[in-house]
Amino acid sequence: MPRKTMIEAIRDALDVSMGRDSQVIVYGEDVGFFGGVFRATQGLQAKYGKSRCFDAPISESGIVGSAIGMAAYGLRPCVEVQFADYVYPAYDQIVSEAARLRYRSNGDFTCPIVVRMPTGGGIFGGQTHSQSPEALFTHVSGLKVIVPSNPHDAKGLLIAAIEDPDPVIFLEPKRLYNGPFDGHHDKPVTPWSKHELGEVADGHYTIALGKAAIRRSGSAVTVLAYGTMVYVAQAAAEETGIDAEVLDLRTLLPLDLDTIVNSVKKTGRCVVVHEATLTSGFGAELVSLVQENCFYHLEAPVARVAGWDTPYPHAQEWDYFPGPARVGRALIETLEA
Amino acid sequence: MADAGMLRFHVPEPEVRPGGTPDFSNVTIPKAGSVPRPEIDVDPRTIRDMAFSIIRVLNRAGEAVGPWAGLLSDQELLEGLRHMMTLRTFDARMQMAQRQGKTSFYMQHLGEEAVSCAFRKALQPGDMNFPTYRQAGLLIADGYPMVSMMNQIYSNEADPLKGRQLPVMYSSKEHGFFSISGNLATQYIQAVGWAMASAISNDSRIAAAWIGDGSTAESDFHAALVFASTYKAPVVLNVVNNQWAISTFQGIARGGSGTFAARGLGFGIPSLRVDGNDYLAVHAVAKWAVERARRNLGPTMVEYVTYRVGAHSTSDDPSAYRPKAESDAWPLGDPVIRLKNHLIHNGVWSEDRHTQAEAEILETVIAAQKEAESHGTLHAGGKPSTRDMFEGVYAEMPPHLRRQRQQAGV
Repeated sequence: MPRKTMIEAIRDALDVSMGRDSQVIVYGEDVGFFGGVFRATQGLQAKYGKSRCFDAPISESGIVGSAIGMAAYGLRPCVEVQFADYVYPAYDQIVSEAARLRYRSNGDFTCPIVVRMPTGGGIFGGQTHSQSPEALFTHVSGLKVIVPSNPHDAKGLLIAAIEDPDPVIFLEPKRLYNGPFDGHHDKPVTPWSKHELGEVADGHYTIALGKAAIRRSGSAVTVLAYGTMVYVAQAAAEETGIDAEVLDLRTLLPLDLDTIVNSVKKTGRCVVVHEATLTSGFGAELVSLVQENCFYHLEAPVARVAGWDTPYPHAQEWDYFPGPARVGRALIETLEA
Repeated sequence: MADAGMLRFHVPEPEVRPGGTPDFSNVTIPKAGSVPRPEIDVDPRTIRDMAFSIIRVLNRAGEAVGPWAGLLSDQELLEGLRHMMTLRTFDARMQMAQRQGKTSFYMQHLGEEAVSCAFRKALQPGDMNFPTYRQAGLLIADGYPMVSMMNQIYSNEADPLKGRQLPVMYSSKEHGFFSISGNLATQYIQAVGWAMASAISNDSRIAAAWIGDGSTAESDFHAALVFASTYKAPVVLNVVNNQWAISTFQGIARGGSGTFAARGLGFGIPSLRVDGNDYLAVHAVAKWAVERARRNLGPTMVEYVTYRVGAHSTSDDPSAYRPKAESDAWPLGDPVIRLKNHLIHNGVWSEDRHTQAEAEILETVIAAQKEAESHGTLHAGGKPSTRDMFEGVYAEMPPHLRRQRQQAGV
């Protein structure tokens, strides 16, 4: 099976979707002729023409707002916001409009859009190129939120998102574009070409939204992770020698609660990890769900490892990033508790 | 360098406040028929002055004059008059229903009826409006059932929107009326997106965007102008300048710009101002702009100069911020009376027939109201189910909502 980087897998998903459905339209800043600053749309304008893939003005509310209008018309726009850090001008359009259009019009109008955006840190991007705003979207009724962790999933989930009848926020952990970064910033990353999850089947396939994957089986503790933290958690388990079960949530909304509950009931312990800041992060929701559903199976408090509650710094990137050492400590403490 | 002194902060003020004498002497009103009608493929650069004038057709004598006159037959104008009268009566009844506690909220159109009623007649079936909350004439003039509108206002068991939306936030794809959000300006860029989609699809349908004077200050307005200009989207960009954004006079949003229409000029968008209380002028300008969009000539901005005679909503009291008699002093008059006088001038209408029509319309509206109220009002009678509250958030209900619905016991 061919192996691809995550960017190539995303491009493949867009290509497959555009090839199958002429209603699929792709646009965003630098997305057309150049093919995007991360090259996710490279070649699509040449292949499908300027009506299907084009450059947009630097106006995130304009990009998402126009996509909502296109979706109301009957197209399926998949737009790119260059960095998740830039999505805030479009937040009103996403929260007040896209998320509620089906509900408020009782299905008279619907909004099948996908908003793609690179998320997360680890690239020395400072406070404006490193944020993880997923909780700002999981808090909104009417949205679906996806965070893929590998090329195979990225393609299948993106095609599923484009085919979904409702608005989907698709957060791409940019530190994973080239390989499964595990938080060891001082070591080279294994390229996706040498990783089995870099295997991306040709043509059309989808991965159902709302299904988690077990990336590492274990019996001592469950780690709930998504995006880059899936690999950080696996590294922490290897390095501490703790028999952790690492879940890759893949879709945050809708959430695969069954897989989470089954795993925590089995292990009796749980650590929740994410790059985003701690307070009111998605981890708080996960911890609540675990205690509501697994309380009598828990043998220790549920721990959280997250970004500190500061803006994402520049020079202190690796003091901020919740790497394998911090996750490892949380695993040990949870086992000792 | 000479000492320039202290800087001073500037906050614009309206001419008059409560207690003062209404004064619109600063509003320049060109004579009816005096503004030329360019060809629709005119070079926008040659008509920039139209963003600072006011296109008018009906003069004080009730005659239709000038190059924008003559598009509508007497029969069509009689129909237009009936639409405006229906909207006015509908508003009066619903305003009263709100005061009687039958719903939580209402927004009337008093003084602005011509804008949406006349605009609708310039569109074709399939075209799409992205309205604000003060364009219900688009529905009335397209024959959308008043009972359905009232069911929505009452949030009753027959509400097409299942009680999910604030009163007057209608939605009807079939009647080219996009779901009203209630947030301001967001729909302006969506209209441009819809129009872009129509062009991408090589369709022939066009979009109409709607916004009020106050909301032009929102960034989505500017995003819409950029996108419409860049992609030459087949859209009519309507700005309804009714002088007041709740309590804030239009000068706060307009700033130093001469007019709202002039906002379009920097984007190379042909921008026209029209007498919003003149049914014939509104229709003629709308027709011109719609035709441009349909012939792939791109967007047109139209500013409707009108006056919000009523309160912003049932939650507002204008006497706190503007003179009570200000609407009487408004120099462009009342749209219903002006069209009535024109039809009397044409010899196809009379005071008696008008009085009779008022009574007939009132009867029709009351009958619709009775029917709607048989399905319930906000606090009495049939209402949408609690189950409806959980439906329609997504195409398919996800597990967490199913669990919450079970918790709610429905």
